[in-house]
Parts: sequence; C-alpha cells; structure tokens
Amino acid sequence: MYRFNYHKPDDMAAAQQMMADAEDGVYLSGGMTLIPTLKARLASPTDVIDLSGLALSGIELADDSLTIGALTLHSEVAAGNEILSLSNLALAIGDAQVRNRGTIGGSIANSDPGADYPAAVVALGATINTTAGAIGADDYFQGLFETALKPGAIVTSVTFPLPGRAAYEKFPNPASRYAVVGVMVAETNGDVRVGVTGAGPCAYRQRNFEQALADNFSVAALDGLEVDYTEFNSDIHASAEYRGHLVGVMARRAVAQII
Amino acid sequence: MTSETGIGASVKRKEDARFITGAGHYTDDINQPGQLYAVFVRSMYPRAEIRSIDVSSALAMEGVMAAYTGADLAADGIGDLPCGWMVKSKDGSDMIQPPHPPVAVSVVNYVGEPYAMVVAETLQAARDGAEAVTADFNEIPAVVDLASAHGADQIHEAVPGNQCYDWELGDREATDAAFASADHVTSLDIVNNRLIPNAMEPRAAVGMYEAATGNYTLYTTSQNPHLARLVLAAFVNVAAESKLRVVAPDVGGGFGSKIFVYAEETAVIWAAGKLARAIKWRADRSESFLADAHGRDHLTRAELALNADGTFVGLRVKTVANMGAYLSLFASSVPTYLYGTLLAGQYRTPAIYVEVQSVFTNTAPVDAYRGAGRPEATYVVERLVETAARELGKDPADIRRLNFIQPEDFPYETPVALTYDTGDYDASLKKAIELIGYDDFAERKASSEANGKKRGIGFSCYIEACGLAPSQVAISLGAGVGLFESAEVRVDVTGSVSVMTGCHSHGQGHETTFAQIVSDKLGIPFENVEVVHGDTGRSDYGLGTYGSRSLVVGGSAIVKATDKVIAKSRKIAAHMLESTEENVDFEEGTFSVTDSNQSITFPEVAFSAYVPGNYPLDELEPGLSEKAFYDPENFTYPAGAHICEVEVDPETGKVEIVNFVAVDDFGEIINPMIVAGQVHGGLAQGIGQALLEHGIYDESGQLVTGSYMDYTMPRADDMPNFVVDTTVTPCTHNPLGAKGCGEAGAIGSTAAVMNALTDALGVVDVPMPATPETVWRAMEGE
Amino acid sequence: MEISLTVNGTEHTTDVPDNSLLVEIIRERLNLTGTHVGCDTSQCGACTIHMNGRSVKSCTVLAGQADGADITTIEGIGTVDALHPMQEAFRENHALQCGFCTPGMIMSAIDLVEKGKPLDERSVREGLEGNLCRCTGYHNIVKAVLDAQDKM
Repeated sequence: MYRFNYHKPDDMAAAQQMMADAEDGVYLSGGMTLIPTLKARLASPTDVIDLSGLALSGIELADDSLTIGALTLHSEVAAGNEILSLSNLALAIGDAQVRNRGTIGGSIANSDPGADYPAAVVALGATINTTAGAIGADDYFQGLFETALKPGAIVTSVTFPLPGRAAYEKFPNPASRYAVVGVMVAETNGDVRVGVTGAGPCAYRQRNFEQALADNFSVAALDGLEVDYTEFNSDIHASAEYRGHLVGVMARRAVAQII
Repeated sequence: MTSETGIGASVKRKEDARFITGAGHYTDDINQPGQLYAVFVRSMYPRAEIRSIDVSSALAMEGVMAAYTGADLAADGIGDLPCGWMVKSKDGSDMIQPPHPPVAVSVVNYVGEPYAMVVAETLQAARDGAEAVTADFNEIPAVVDLASAHGADQIHEAVPGNQCYDWELGDREATDAAFASADHVTSLDIVNNRLIPNAMEPRAAVGMYEAATGNYTLYTTSQNPHLARLVLAAFVNVAAESKLRVVAPDVGGGFGSKIFVYAEETAVIWAAGKLARAIKWRADRSESFLADAHGRDHLTRAELALNADGTFVGLRVKTVANMGAYLSLFASSVPTYLYGTLLAGQYRTPAIYVEVQSVFTNTAPVDAYRGAGRPEATYVVERLVETAARELGKDPADIRRLNFIQPEDFPYETPVALTYDTGDYDASLKKAIELIGYDDFAERKASSEANGKKRGIGFSCYIEACGLAPSQVAISLGAGVGLFESAEVRVDVTGSVSVMTGCHSHGQGHETTFAQIVSDKLGIPFENVEVVHGDTGRSDYGLGTYGSRSLVVGGSAIVKATDKVIAKSRKIAAHMLESTEENVDFEEGTFSVTDSNQSITFPEVAFSAYVPGNYPLDELEPGLSEKAFYDPENFTYPAGAHICEVEVDPETGKVEIVNFVAVDDFGEIINPMIVAGQVHGGLAQGIGQALLEHGIYDESGQLVTGSYMDYTMPRADDMPNFVVDTTVTPCTHNPLGAKGCGEAGAIGSTAAVMNALTDALGVVDVPMPATPETVWRAMEGE
Repeated sequence: MEISLTVNGTEHTTDVPDNSLLVEIIRERLNLTGTHVGCDTSQCGACTIHMNGRSVKSCTVLAGQADGADITTIEGIGTVDALHPMQEAFRENHALQCGFCTPGMIMSAIDLVEKGKPLDERSVREGLEGNLCRCTGYHNIVKAVLDAQDKM
C-alpha cells in the first residue's frame, strides 16, 4: 500500500471535518473493498477515516420497518430474523470471515455491480439515510459504482420497509463469489418489486416481471418474459446473454421460495 | 508395536504437530538479522524490446540499497535458466532453446517477466522503489493464440516459426494402415485447458552470503533443493556448488510449480553475494499467477480406430503444446516422454502414432503440473474410448474390458516405448463399478429427471508412468540429469536413527512414511526414527520430489541402506552372540541365534558399533551408518478406475458431482491414510480442471485470470465426499513393491468428469472448464 | 501510530506505520508466524485469526482497526501438549498435508463450530468457503470439523 494517515474519529462532526481537511480522503467501514484496493495500489488516498468509532451499528425494528446502522456487520444481519429474506441475502455475501467485517454501509456506498445488498435495497424499496439527507431506493443507484450519495456524505443507516413476503436468489461467481445475478422478489403493502443485482452496471428493477407478478404472483407468470440484456455486464464467467437468462431463472426461484 | 506403526499402518503424521500449532518454518517465516527485501519490476507488456531502463529514481529513494537490471546479472556472468531435457525432432535435429536470461535484458516476452529488482531495507521501500523504476519499451504485437503460433510472427531470433521441436513416437505406417482398414474411427478435437498451479504458499527466497567464508545459503520454496543447487552452480554460475547450500524448509505445496529454478531465487542469491547481506523475497499471489510455471495447454486431434466389435486397432494423435515464452526446466519432456508414452493406456492397441509440436507464445512458461503429461494423455485416451463406446452402442465398461491388457500379458511392451510390469485393470474396474452402484444408475437418472435435472455417469480407466526414473532410459531420451535417489540411514549410539533423503516433503508426509519403513525393518520404535530432508548440507545429492517418485525411488534407496545396516548389524550380532551370520536371525528388532534363547537387541548392537569393545574390529569398521543410491529399473505403473456421476441443472448449467469413486492400484501401500489423502487432493485438482479452472490470456497477451477473483479455485463446497479404495498388484521391480500415488488423482479424474457430463447432456463434447454458461450453451445446442 | 492489542492473552503496545496490516503486525512485529499470507485479494483465508471473538482475515484489517482488539492466533488456541479439540481432530483425520492453509482453516473451523448451529457435511463445506486448500481436496477437513464438533 501507499502511505496514508489513519484516523478514527469519535463523532460525525469530527469525521466530516477530517474529510474536509484531507487532501484526498476516503471513509473506511469494514474495509472488505477498500483495503484490497489499497493493497493493490489501485488507490492512493492521503487519509483513511475509520467510521467504526461512530455509533452507527445496530438493528432497530419499528412497526413497519427495519433500520440497520451503516456499520452493522453482514454476519449480524445474517443472524437476524426480522426480514428473513434480508438475513438470507446477508448470509450469501462473500464468506464467513468477510461477513465478520463487511458492513451494509460500505456495500451500499460502494455499489459494486456484484454486491448483494443493492438488490434488497431496490426490491424492498429501502431508504438510504445519509448525513446529507435521505435517498430513496429508486434514486440511489445510478450507474457503475455511481450512486446518488453526495460527495463527502456518509451513509448512516438503511431503512427497509417490512415486506409481506420476499425472497432472494443468487447465482454466484464461482471464483469471487460476488453475484453474477442476484434477484430479490418482494411484495410490500401490495406492491411487487423485483430488484436485480449483478446483471447490469448497478442494481435495477425488472419492471415487466413486477407487472406480471402483480397480476398473478406465480412462477408461471414469469414464463416467456424477456429481459433486455444489451447493457448487461459481460466477463469470462458470464456473458450478458447468459446473465439475461439467469435473471429469469433466479426470479422464478425467488417466487418459488416465497410461495 | 510394529503393526501399529509399521508398513501398511495408517500412522498419524509426525509433521502435523508443528503445522497444527502454527510452528511450521516456511521460507517467509525465516528472518535473518539485517535482512533486506527484494521486489521485482515486471513487464506490463506481453512482448516488447527494452530500449532502456532507468533505476536512478529508485536508487535515490530512502531505504533503497540497490537496483539491478538483467544487464547487471549478465555482466557478472550469470547464465541463462536452462531446460534440462533435450528433445529431438522427427528429422533428428535438437530442439531449439531460446536464450532465457533470469532477468530480462533486451526483450520481454510475457506479462510479468521481471526486468529489474530493487533491494531495500523495508518491504515498503522496496515496493516504492520498484514503482520508481522507469523503462522505455518498444511494444511488439504478441503471439498468443496457440493454434496459429507456428508460423506466426517470430518471437525468438533463434526459433524459426516459433517451433521448439516437432517430435514423434510410435509407428506411423502401421498406424495409418490400421486406420485405413478399420471398421470404425472415432475422432475428437481436444483442448486441454491451461491451468495455474496455485500452491497455497507463494514462492519465496531468502539468500545469504558471508564474505569471510565465501559461503552462500539459499532458503527457497523448492521441491528439489539439490537440483536447484546444481542448476544455480553449474548452469547459472551463481556460486561454486561446494560454496552453495540450498535449503528447502517447510514448503506449502508444489504440484510441480516449485521444481523449477526461477528468476527470483537466482537474482536474490546473486544479489546477496553482491551486497553481502541477507535478502528476502516473497511473491504476491498476483506474481504467482503471472510468473509461476503454468500447466497443460495442449491442442489435440485424436483418433481411435476400432473393429466393429469394439476392439481397438489403432490410435493416432497430433498435439500442439504450448511452451509459453521460454523453456522452463523440464518443459520439453512433459508433452513428449511424459505424454506420448502413455497413449496405450490400459489397452492392447497394437498400433499407435503420436506427433507433438511444441511452440512458443508470449505467455508464461508452461511446465510440469501435477501429472505432467499423463493427465493430458489420459484425457485423450479415455475420452476417445468413451465416445467410441457410445458411437458403437457399447457399454463403457464392456468396451474397456474387451481391450484391457490382461494379467497374463505382463510384462507388456507397449507400442509407445514403455514396458508395463504388472497390473490387473479389471480388478479396479470391478470394484469401482460396485462402489458407485453402476447397476442402479438408471434408477438414479430417472429420479434426477423427475426433479428436472440431468444425470450422467462417466468412466476413466487410467494408467500412468511415474517413479521417475530409470536414469539410463531418461538420459538416453534427453534428460540432462539422472533420476536416482540417495539415502543415508545413520544409527545413533543409543540406537535411534536418522534417515537422510534426497527427496523432499511438501505435503506428502515422508517424515512419517519413511520412518514407518525404517522402524518396521529395524524393529525400533517409530518415534526413534527421524527423517531429514530438504537441506543440501545434510542429505546427499538426490533429485527431490515430483513425478510420484519419492516412495518408489527414495523409499527404495532407504530400504537398500537399511538392508546394509541390517547386514552389518548381523555381523556384529554374530560376533557378540559368538555365532555365525548364517545362524543369526533378525526379527522385530532382535538378533537371535537360531534354535536358542540367546539374543541381543538392535540398540545393543548399535551401541557396540560405537563403543567397539566386544566387536570384530579386525574384520569390520566401527560405526553403523550406511548409504545407498537407488536407480530404478523401470518406471512404475499405477493404474485404476475412476467413475464420476454428475447432476446438471439445465436452467443454469451448473454441474454438481454427486458421486466420485476412485479405485487405484498403487502396489504395496505404506500408509493408507496418506495415500487416500493424496488421491483426494489429486481428484480435486482434476475436477478443478474439468469444471472450474482456466488460465486465460486475452488476444493482446494480458493474463485475464490474474487473481482468485477470476481464477476459480476449488473450494470446499465445490467438492463432494470422495469414495476411494485400492486394489493391489505389487510392483515387480522395487523392494517395496510400491508404485507411487501422488499424481494419480489428477490424472484419472478429469476424463471421468467430462465423460459423465457428456453422458448427462447427450453431446459428444463440452469444452473445459465446463462452466455453467458453457454447459448451458452446450444444452442450447450451440 | 501507536496501537495496543491483546494477542493470545498478552497485551502489546507497538508503534507501526499507519498502513500496516494486522497480519504484518502478527507475523513481523510479534513473530507469530503461524498465521500465513497466501493471496492478495482477501480470498484464501490462510491469514484467518479471531478478532474480538470472530474469525476474520488479518490481511484485510488495518493496524488502526486492530487497536484495542482481542486477538487469538493459532499459537493461542492450544499447544503440542494440550491441543485444542479442533487441532486434535485435524491430526486424527489427516486434514492437512503441506500445512500452509491449516492455521487459517483451524481458526475458521473453530468459529464455525462455536457459532452453535449443528453442522452437517453441507454446512461445513459452505462454512469453509473462505478458506482455500490445494492439497487435501477438503474431504478430510470436513471429516475433522464434524469430528471436532462432537468434542467441543
């Protein structure tokens, strides 16, 4: 790694001040993305600001929603049972050791195309709470590693409406175990949402699947529906066309799980 | 006592104590006072002329002690890295070996090739210094595609057409005649996918030089420290052999990739001499991907000619093998003498002809990787046999039985140079069929189909030639070294024993199995036998561990040395018992006079040898320590039957191995637990080749699979439980009756998996690795 | 920066560069070389230790993140004379060959068993996703973990 200054602020104001003062600062949560990037010398920040000293961890259940602090570990979400589909999703992230360090805030802020949480954010219609205001799921993911998070803003928590029913199905990259395609299907207050990660540059809603399921919540409802894969990711593990195919397969399996 | 720890017992390993407590001494664990750190500067281009290199910025940085280029090594007389096996082409000409400077001088030929080395006081300073080295390259379009490499733009001035050699074996005329009159011909175009070995411990080296004595010491992750010492001294001119000690301490896996002498340990030990300081280097995993020798990478057109009844009448094979950018130490032998010679398989095919053209490309050098040539040969033969069976509507087990070499045929001289000593191929096949429940397969298939899945079963009846190697055969075929093994059995005054071997253990458990052999033969406690390996300062010259040779060649040398100890002990005992040698029996550690109760123990004899009071000094030297060098009479021929059953998810193309049975004949077995472990590991690698692993270069010559993010390593949830068993036909020509087992798992399994998959899908062929998308497309009929 | 951490029950205070990794501190500063480095993309798991009671990859933890932490390495879970049941199970079941992945594998396996959920072959294989082994084919590792489960 290149040299950098490490800071661990005690509160939000201090963290944001450090970022403002830094020549080229980055926030650190779990480090499961940032640290490998630094080790590969793909980034050379002058300052690394560790957010784990801020009280941003914890899972709070309200009447109709679940709010997860940004610094909550994947393993903590996986151990929960308030939203089972979300716990199952967290359990599918990386491996056991990664889950003991990786955080939801880090994952959401980074928006890796193969990350799992974005599918849940989109499918459950979550709200991303930040130091610069709340951002709705439909506005949050904008492109490859591009989100609506304002420069310097920190994700503080994510609020998930409690779904009526939901399930997540993932087809993992056999090497990295990131999502080649991950689909969460959720029905919340009568609304059906299908959140897809892995397939495209960022998480998105598969609208034609949502409409079909809204009419008829069944596996058969998805038969013959097209997935436009022209903008999909393509690499040695999965072509765009294959990902397009998998979106349908994973969606059907998620519906089958729910029913 | 003997039965619990002797030959044939599943003794728990001595080496485990240090490994399970984190007390192993791997090369990167070794630190010398005041050591410096080396980092290599590697080419980003697959092919370029080096116009100039500027190390001045690096040298100006704090903590940087030195920065060397290839020119510095060359100026000091450091020689090229050699290839140790001279293969001849069809026309009798020698293979062409392009220059291979350890650190590039004027040209780079693969991404990752080192062209400079920075040495600094800390690793951080060395990395920063390496980044500060600048160079001016003239980039040249790379030659990457194997199929078109021959005749493509010439990479090396010395190598026209990029062809290293064009080799053949067998009888072309007889084979062509067999094909011309055959009832049926089965043919396949086979790609044997490039693999990257990825032992879990990255390569590392610690080089030291002491000016006052002129002594060099090199700690290195090597499977064969004596061979490294020889190459570094005699070929690379780093030091006189007597002034160089090479130590391979605990090594975290090799699989062939740690046989070779590489740029890094060469440059490190040389620079240690220049600076008279200890220098340490360890590869990052990304460097391992780029610069460890890769494996496999063949293109083959293979044809099997048969009679209508399924009898094999001829086999014709044409292979293009990738050497990579330079010849690695054994590279030339892998697709020739370790490949072509195995094409008879377990069968009586009377006419075989193979031609192999090895070519250079701008990719990492390719050399031996677990199985080294034999997996490639098995894949060709067993895929052809299974495919032929399907084409002729024959059961895959039946067609094999029809063609097996029978027990009464041994010793059997194959049409491809080898003479198999013994075997019973049907015995393995029979057991495997029973263990996998072949008779009930149809039922399981129906059940899978009812669940919307496809199911298939595939066979692979492999044979391999290992126990490398009879020296005169090897040397006559072009090897630059003999392949015998050394052993010293040194008895201590109090009767414990040290066994020095020229082999090395990097997972194989030799500290345990070799101790079992000696403990069993001498009748002394297993705990009292220490096995010493990996240090040229302690063991006599030996050839190391690879090619499933250690038990067969190293173990046999130990047996011979132990026999010498027993012979001398018997003389001593006879004297002490006031009898004659002929009347002294030796059993379970005790010498006794026949038909009497006079006896004396081995430790008592040992003591007498070192405190020779009651001792025949007029006839016998004191001391009790014997050496042997064992050169095998022949290769050994482990063989077996692997059967794989797969289930395929048609929606995703994901293949699951639902059962894998391996029944192997390794001759006499010293430690069944260790043998099973070797098989398990080999199976995982063979399955890995079939379903997961692929070292991919893109068209421009960049390594696309350069980390574990993209190169799919088998993980625990990719593998099933394995069912392994053995049959035994003892090797006829070594004192242990052993055949060796280290590579068989990787040799037999790949074909079994792909035979099962093609059976499940009802297609002729599927490329490897059969990733989910590949399988999905094969089902879509693409 | 100065950090303090407890390693295998002993507290250490040490001055390290800000960009140090926990694995470097363990291996080089504290000379506990049982924890190994096998890759550079946080995937192989050879560096796995317990940090504040959880298995983590020490190659992906910065020095500052380890400040104040309670660390257990392979050297801290048992000795040759008093092996941890997992270490014993690895030996009994021949769950190691070259030994390089073994410390990390044992640390992961201990955490997996200590989580409390009863394990079977499938869940052991899934639980060890974060640890690569090139030698054993995993067969005996799975056996060892299931064996240790009964004894822990």
